[in-house]
Amino acid sequence: MSTSDLSVKVGELTFANPIMPASGTFSEDLSDVFDLDVLGAHVLKTIMHGKRAGNPTPRVCDLQGGMLNAIGIPSKGIDDFRDRMLPYWSDYKAPLVVSISAHSMDEFARLAAEVSLPGVAAIEANISCPNIEADGNAFAMRPDTTAEVMRRLRAETDLPLWAKLTPNTGEPVAVALAAEAEGADAIVTANTALGMSIDVRTRQPRLGNVMGGMSGPAVKPIALRMTYQCAHACRVPVIGCGGIATLDDVLEFLIAGAAAVQVGTATFQSPTVMARLIAELSDWMQAQGVTSLGEIIGSVQIPGGEAA
Amino acid sequence: MTLIPSILSVPPSPGVTARCAEARAIVLSNMPVNGEYRLLTLDAPAEVLDCAPGQFFQLLCPVPEGEHPFLRRPMSIYGYDAHAEQLQFLYKIAGAGTRGLATLRAGDTLNVLGPLGQGFTMPDAWQNLMLVARGVGLATLAPLARMAQQQGRSLTAICSARSPELAMSVDLFRSYGAEVIVVHDEDGSSEVPALEALIEARIAAGSVDAFYTCGSRRLLTMLQRLGQKHGIPGEIAMEQQMACGLGMCQACVRPFREGNEVVHRRVCREGPVFPISEAIA
Repeated sequence: MSTSDLSVKVGELTFANPIMPASGTFSEDLSDVFDLDVLGAHVLKTIMHGKRAGNPTPRVCDLQGGMLNAIGIPSKGIDDFRDRMLPYWSDYKAPLVVSISAHSMDEFARLAAEVSLPGVAAIEANISCPNIEADGNAFAMRPDTTAEVMRRLRAETDLPLWAKLTPNTGEPVAVALAAEAEGADAIVTANTALGMSIDVRTRQPRLGNVMGGMSGPAVKPIALRMTYQCAHACRVPVIGCGGIATLDDVLEFLIAGAAAVQVGTATFQSPTVMARLIAELSDWMQAQGVTSLGEIIGSVQIPGGEAA
Repeated sequence: MTLIPSILSVPPSPGVTARCAEARAIVLSNMPVNGEYRLLTLDAPAEVLDCAPGQFFQLLCPVPEGEHPFLRRPMSIYGYDAHAEQLQFLYKIAGAGTRGLATLRAGDTLNVLGPLGQGFTMPDAWQNLMLVARGVGLATLAPLARMAQQQGRSLTAICSARSPELAMSVDLFRSYGAEVIVVHDEDGSSEVPALEALIEARIAAGSVDAFYTCGSRRLLTMLQRLGQKHGIPGEIAMEQQMACGLGMCQACVRPFREGNEVVHRRVCREGPVFPISEAIA
């Protein structure tokens, strides 16, 4: 049995280990494959206030080293969350993180208030989904809209509030600092990168929505770079997310400064991957004589000093 | 990819009976069946062999030279035998995933996830069954023939193909006691009007309680028409592009009629088998 301490702190929350699912790649359906209580936290698929059908099919396509998706956040709305999902997830020990999104600031703020219920450990503000506005537009594309939406959300909830950023912005550090300044308790780097794929035979886009979010190992260097940038710039913890599939991927993000990591697309390839990563991380810590992940987090060595 | 044991300490969601595992299987054989199809036979652990006809697996296909399939590929179960610890898939090479599958040799390993989804049902009132399918769709219906024999039902299998020699599973259906009727494009017997007349004659003779079909939009529309006219129920196995196969990602939805509403259902989770009357072609 392992004696390594895999626990991590993300702001005021303590997780038994740093492995949690990325929103949109996780649901109660995964309980058919392994005991979901082994996870550090549970992060649900984004909820929007009303019912939504989502995007036309095809909603996914294969890429080299990853995939594109344009699911479009089909949502059963806040009532289904409160009446059905919350009681289900409350039976688990792992803390519950609820991802929310909205088209307007008013609706976003209202939803933040409505999901602030007993049994919810934190709110992840999905201000970065590329699939719900035209051309991938989202609040987290710019520091000013990020600041405004985070200020509105902060006013509505006392729960820990995480801001999930987008790799599609040209100014990730300014966006992260804007979120932090308006009360974000953690930064999640990052959501999917806006992409496109065309079937050359039919000359049609391979997604019903034309464009979609790219994920998987191919986006890992981008997410890792953002994690490093934000961990250096921000005082609040950063949660790494993007292409994580192996133990080395987990360690890379922790070394870059992530306090915890989210695993998404890898679960589609191997639904047991998160359970396996937790076991592998524990074995690795024992083999390396690492007693706490605090020794690893942010331990990146930049030759000749820090890069800008 | 290493195999870790599945832990099932959590009861499945209400109304959902799916139960599956990610497991490593070993290839026993991977042989061409005719000019178009190949049969993959795997040695698979018992934990993935509690299957029902109509269920499917998600296969992590090998990477063929010059191509890069990333997602798993859903594949209907062609045969399963928990005693012999064997699992079979019948496939047609159509894209990067199936080209990868074709590279497998005896002794190779293949990561499989399953069994997934809801299979076919066979209520007691359905004594005289008619199965109508075409091409590789017949592979999906093959395990149904065994189920029909085990439950003492009479089965007529109408197997459609481009030419008579390409009609799949004919011998298999006969071995389970089914009456087999082959229809094909060369003599026009597979055309909807000819097929519909053939089925109408069977219905007139009073020998059809339920239909089973798979995939084809043309056949679905025809069976919906016949079903509505004569009050005959039935089930269809449907396809959609998938990512996770478990119900998490919501990629594989299709529209269905539910009363006066049109609702989305996940092919991987609520399906792949649905009532013919609710399906939308």
